[in-house]
Amino acid sequence: MSGGAQDQRPVVTGLGVVAPNGVGVKEFWAATLDGRSGIDWIRRFDASGYPVRIGGEVLDFVPKEHIPSRLLPQTDRMTQHALTAAGWALQDAGADPATLDEYEMGVVTASSAGGFEFGQRELQKLWGQGAEFVSAYQSFAWFYAVNTGQISIRHGMRGHSSVLVTEQAGGLDAVAHGRRLLRRGAVRFMVTGGFDASLCPWGLVAQIPHTHLSRRDDPERGYLPFDADACGYVAGEGGAILILEDRHAARRRGAGQEYGEVAGYAATFDPPPGSVRGPALARAIRGALDDAGMNPGEIDVVFADASGVPELDAVEAAAIAEVFGPRSVPVTAPKTMTGRLYSGGAALDAATALLAMRDGVIPATTGTTNVASGYDIDLVIGQARETPVRAALVVARGCGGFNSALVLRHTD
Amino acid sequence: MSRKAVITGLGVRAPGGVGTKAFWDLISSGRTATRIISSFDPSQFRSRIAAEIDFDAELEGFTAEQVDRLDRVVLLALASAKDALADSGLTVADLVPERTAVSMGSAVGCTIGLDTEYARVSENGQHWLVKHELAVDHLFEYLVPTPLAAEVAWAVGAEGPAAVISTGCTSGLDAVGYGADLIREGSADVMLAGASDAPISPITVACFDAIRATSPDNDRAETASRPFDRTRNGFVLGEGAAVFVLEELEHARRRGAHIYAEIAGFAARSNAYHMTGLRPDGREMAEAIRSAMDQARVVGEDIDYINAHGSGTKQNDLHETTAFKRSLGDLAYRIPVSSIKSMIGHSLGAIGSIELAACALAMEHGVVPPTANLHEKDPACDLDYVPLTAREQRTDTVLSVGSGFGGFQSAVVLARPARDER
Repeated sequence: MSGGAQDQRPVVTGLGVVAPNGVGVKEFWAATLDGRSGIDWIRRFDASGYPVRIGGEVLDFVPKEHIPSRLLPQTDRMTQHALTAAGWALQDAGADPATLDEYEMGVVTASSAGGFEFGQRELQKLWGQGAEFVSAYQSFAWFYAVNTGQISIRHGMRGHSSVLVTEQAGGLDAVAHGRRLLRRGAVRFMVTGGFDASLCPWGLVAQIPHTHLSRRDDPERGYLPFDADACGYVAGEGGAILILEDRHAARRRGAGQEYGEVAGYAATFDPPPGSVRGPALARAIRGALDDAGMNPGEIDVVFADASGVPELDAVEAAAIAEVFGPRSVPVTAPKTMTGRLYSGGAALDAATALLAMRDGVIPATTGTTNVASGYDIDLVIGQARETPVRAALVVARGCGGFNSALVLRHTD
Repeated sequence: MSRKAVITGLGVRAPGGVGTKAFWDLISSGRTATRIISSFDPSQFRSRIAAEIDFDAELEGFTAEQVDRLDRVVLLALASAKDALADSGLTVADLVPERTAVSMGSAVGCTIGLDTEYARVSENGQHWLVKHELAVDHLFEYLVPTPLAAEVAWAVGAEGPAAVISTGCTSGLDAVGYGADLIREGSADVMLAGASDAPISPITVACFDAIRATSPDNDRAETASRPFDRTRNGFVLGEGAAVFVLEELEHARRRGAHIYAEIAGFAARSNAYHMTGLRPDGREMAEAIRSAMDQARVVGEDIDYINAHGSGTKQNDLHETTAFKRSLGDLAYRIPVSSIKSMIGHSLGAIGSIELAACALAMEHGVVPPTANLHEKDPACDLDYVPLTAREQRTDTVLSVGSGFGGFQSAVVLARPARDER
């Protein structure tokens, strides 16, 4: 394959978003800048009997408007979101897969729970009615690889593909693996990102025992990362797809735009709970900056993981302050308007960061009003902040100790 | 000089006996470990056969707390990881945490945990609004199967990158390929890389029944897995794990480590055709094979053995046979090809790593494992599948392939590292 690894500069040329506060990039970005939240009382099913009753549901998405009728009965909501976002991202990139080399296009997605609502329906048939009632589609609608598989089929992408499961870190790990494959010349065109949609009764019940989930019965105050009143996170659904291509190849085919370059990445894993060794988050951030060949001072905004769990917020605030200096860089977490989307969350943050770079505006961390004392970070609260954004750092942590950091940079 | 990734330790939990030696004894003898499912009552299913592991977690040294909290898929991985580290001659104290990383493959994660706990919270499927008060505390760890990587990382003190790779039935090759990538690019010097799956659960059996992918030969369970045979009628579900210590070549040489093989090439392609179907022409798998061989800088004449996906479904074995011919030409007829799924079943995402362990051991022993139960070749499957009996032969370069739902096709080339390449 021509084009050495060294001169490959992976750039993002297209975005597709399905989020609780906006279906489509335009709607999502407008809502995000306006501070409109998608977190509300759960409506899809009767959650009144559960100790968690709020979530970030995607309610404005009508599957049959976006998905061929043949695929509807064989796909979970998370796959319908992913397929739709992938189609939009390709359109946004002005790319027609039929005109590109089939083996030079790959798909790398992240998933945390697979098609979980689909799984609930089939489990109910199995246990309630009997094995012969289980759908033939169960064999592939639930597993973690379904979105990569379905996207590759729909667009004839036959190159190197993969699937990562690292909870909330997965969205960044997928983009970074796409970049890795581009840089080593395995592919020239990558569909990357992540999606999850586990807001069904079985999915919610599987999350409820998790101590990080907020139990506050108030959509306005349920998820307040870095606030003195933080009480955990709210779960949401959705995610984002990013089209990643080698910059030269993108220019040759006349790509409409370059949102930015995926300039640096690093991942680390925390020592076991109770270890004397500290968390490894700051090392991931430094590693991503080193990989990009950049100094902390060149970063204009940090999109935080923003767990909402006080102990984890403290770790993140300390890591950011340690690397950048106290209150030296704007930090934001617009995921307060969507909830944490698991594998979709960090992919959506990366997309949001690229939009911030495009428009020179940092969206606010809504909800949070009173940053806890001791957090030495400049959290963007209240309203969006207009300022040139040349480079952004996105931080994501997967439950259990996964830390990832991604640097996005302007290409001109 | 470019960095290379080599295998310096391996650990296996496969049906038919505990540990690497028992695994090799079984697959080199042509005996089979397929039987009627014993872990639950399979009487309502079309296929009631599986290759189960007689896994005694307590005997393996796990605490009661671990056994209660961790899904079987994690326990199998942890047991294999500990064996792999011991086999490599490294101890936890030797590892530099920041330079040690983990990549673990799995197709279906904590399926047993989810199936069992679903039955509990739904009171056997009675309620759509399942009951949260019946949920166990660690249910979230089944929902998102990241403990597979996290527990292995904690067990060895790894603080480099950690990930679960889940590409269906190619996960076991792809996780090792991912690990080799991280070593080559310099993100780690030592990796615990491998895969685990423990899918033998009612929901898995039911969904393969629904598409008639598994063998219904319930009255002859021990010969039900018959890859490449004219009478084959589906795969037999299995379970297991294999974990490797992958090491940067110079790192391994400096400490005088025993080197099983280099991960010399790895490529993945997708058929972009169907979530479960395969086209008979095998073109994407052939493309993956060619690409992995290019990376490894080997030609067809160098390949001493092919470890096939060989699941024993009608379409897979044809697809794969065509892919070998397409990628290797007439040489495909001369290279021994075998499927150890004939003996230990198909453990979905884990099997790719277990098969790589078989390949490393074949190189080690100079013995190619056979395809058991192959009495009458399918006329359309006309290669040398090493029927019934293992074959002694010098084995320096091996190709292992996998094929999975979602259209994934992967190929790995293992080779002996060149002596003095500088």
